[in-house]
Amino acid sequence: MRYVPLLLATLLLAACGKSATDQPSDSLTVRIGAAAPLTGPQAHLGKDNENGTRMAIEDANAKGISIGGKKVHFELVSEDDQADPKTATIVAQKLVDDNVSGVIGHLNSGTTIPAAKIYSDNGIPQISPSATAVAYTHQGFRTAFRVMANDAQQGHALGVYAAKNLGARRIAVIDDRTAYGQGLADEFIKAVTALGAEVVSHEYTSDKSVDFTAVLTAVKAKQPDLLFYGGMDAQGGPMARQIKALALNVRFMMGDGGRTPEFIRLAGDAAKDVYGSLPGVPLEKMSGGAEFAKRYESEFKQPIQLYAPYCYDAVNVMIAAMQKAGSTDPAKYLPALAAISHDGITARIQFDGNGDLKGGAVTLYQVQQGQWQPLETIGGQ
Amino acid sequence: MEIFLQQIINGLVQGSVYALVALGYTMVYGILGLINFAHGEVVMMGAMVSLSALSLMAGLPPLVSLPLSLLLAVAFCMLLGYGIERIAYRPLRHAPRLAPLITAIGVSIVLQNLAMLIWGRDYHSFPQLFANHAHRMAGAIINDIQLAIVVAAFLMMAGLMLVVHRTRLGRAMRAVAENQHAAQLMGVDVNRVVSVTFMMGSALAAVAGVMVSANYGLAHYYMGFLLGLKAFTAAVLGGIGNLRGAMLGGLLLGLIESLGAGYIGDITGGFMGSQYQDVFAFLVLIAVLIFRPSGLLGERLAERA
Repeated sequence: MRYVPLLLATLLLAACGKSATDQPSDSLTVRIGAAAPLTGPQAHLGKDNENGTRMAIEDANAKGISIGGKKVHFELVSEDDQADPKTATIVAQKLVDDNVSGVIGHLNSGTTIPAAKIYSDNGIPQISPSATAVAYTHQGFRTAFRVMANDAQQGHALGVYAAKNLGARRIAVIDDRTAYGQGLADEFIKAVTALGAEVVSHEYTSDKSVDFTAVLTAVKAKQPDLLFYGGMDAQGGPMARQIKALALNVRFMMGDGGRTPEFIRLAGDAAKDVYGSLPGVPLEKMSGGAEFAKRYESEFKQPIQLYAPYCYDAVNVMIAAMQKAGSTDPAKYLPALAAISHDGITARIQFDGNGDLKGGAVTLYQVQQGQWQPLETIGGQ
Repeated sequence: MEIFLQQIINGLVQGSVYALVALGYTMVYGILGLINFAHGEVVMMGAMVSLSALSLMAGLPPLVSLPLSLLLAVAFCMLLGYGIERIAYRPLRHAPRLAPLITAIGVSIVLQNLAMLIWGRDYHSFPQLFANHAHRMAGAIINDIQLAIVVAAFLMMAGLMLVVHRTRLGRAMRAVAENQHAAQLMGVDVNRVVSVTFMMGSALAAVAGVMVSANYGLAHYYMGFLLGLKAFTAAVLGGIGNLRGAMLGGLLLGLIESLGAGYIGDITGGFMGSQYQDVFAFLVLIAVLIFRPSGLLGERLAERA
């Protein structure tokens, strides 16, 4: 308990150190909002997003960018949406009130979808680095963009791989009832049934559960040959362990929410041979991906979880649009953002009419020797 | 049949976890009439401390390091429980009942964030120190840790019953539960009894935390929240303030959840699925509270704690 004041003091000092050094007086300050869960079960993913966003903003400030003849200093306003749709709308309103010029976020589809309306109402461009649910960009908002493939593309790729490449016939599905998990599971089911496989069981859990023995036992009764989970790593890890403990003999597959280093740590031995997917090409194959990973690890002392490179690109796309439009005014640079073509780390970023990434790729992975190894990349330029 | 047996085992294990935590809730409520909402966070602290202790003693044989880390966690949580009571509850003992409820929630948030600062936001995987043997019983599977959880829950309940009904301390506890002022006039040191109650409850929480982490193989600063909520539900279901009630409520809640998740889809012909698992549990809770407002084993003038 006596370390609390010490910790608080350290944090304060760190905060002071930062704001004192980078605040030249003659520059225009542009605020960029970021929203992700920084507390709760998905805090590790939220922090990963924040780190990627922070890196891009620090880089832009180090480069010294001028927009419309003025030297611009970018400032990160990071908010915690707790992965909760209700909190997300409050946080979105707060960012709007803080006069941000654009928002990088949110992390989850369930939070991004309701928050998009608030940004749209206030004309503030929003780029999600990780919300893959189809619905996000299909609400008719001109301000909503994303920089990776959506779940229609991802669910389809996963389904085709399961039914065709792995030859699964009896498929069980579990989803976590979030906009992301449910959406991905639905797209997956569409793809596998189109290829003649049978969905023998569809069970549900929540994004806060740790015990899945009951639903897994129900799945076991239907004797499937493949189990797909639409949800995040924090549930996927313990689920993989419990699959093994219950001697449930299936191949286990997840989407991008489960394809993290964290999953491998949590699942332990049970991670072996599990399948996962990630929108985009593997980090090693991205231009400058390896270098980005090295810089990230040296700055934040931890490996990239998932979407940090996408956050980095999202910020840079936004800044590129501001530079092209010669203005940081959301109304002025929004058309430039919609028409942008920017070579980022993750891909060449161009948006279609909905704000989705054009030609988004999806890569399938499998855990081999304690690592996610890429198997095959589908789509992309 | 083997699937049904497996669901019963799943429910028993999950229920024993709830019961272990519910015992702590019910003890404090029995003595003080206070719902200690920080109890779930004490469970989490127990898991985290034992995890840190284990990683410090990585070189030692597991037969030494595991009991030692459990002891450390228990000791830490007892101190923590004592501290919580001293700081957040004792000054408010004669305040309106809402005040300590609010400080309880406050303590819970403080502990969660403190754990986040110390251990970070990451999930920690709990090391597997022993080969966790799986036992097959008529096709259903139960492993060593799960067996240990069920046994521990029953042992703890029996131990607590012994303390409360067979010792001097237990008599003092029952006296304080019945009437604090009268107990004080009879020479019972009320502060000491309350402190000891909190320490005992926190020791149980530490054991529960270590067992839960070992079973699911993970620990996280947020793990206490939902567990605390479910255990509280279990305590209310069984009759809060009653030790056997906590055990019964925990086991029942676990069984309802697992059987609900397993069969609700088949029973309703796919109309309702396992997403109604929690709804099912709370429906039972509401039904019980309508017909027995003080819980299954709760009586108006029950032997509390």
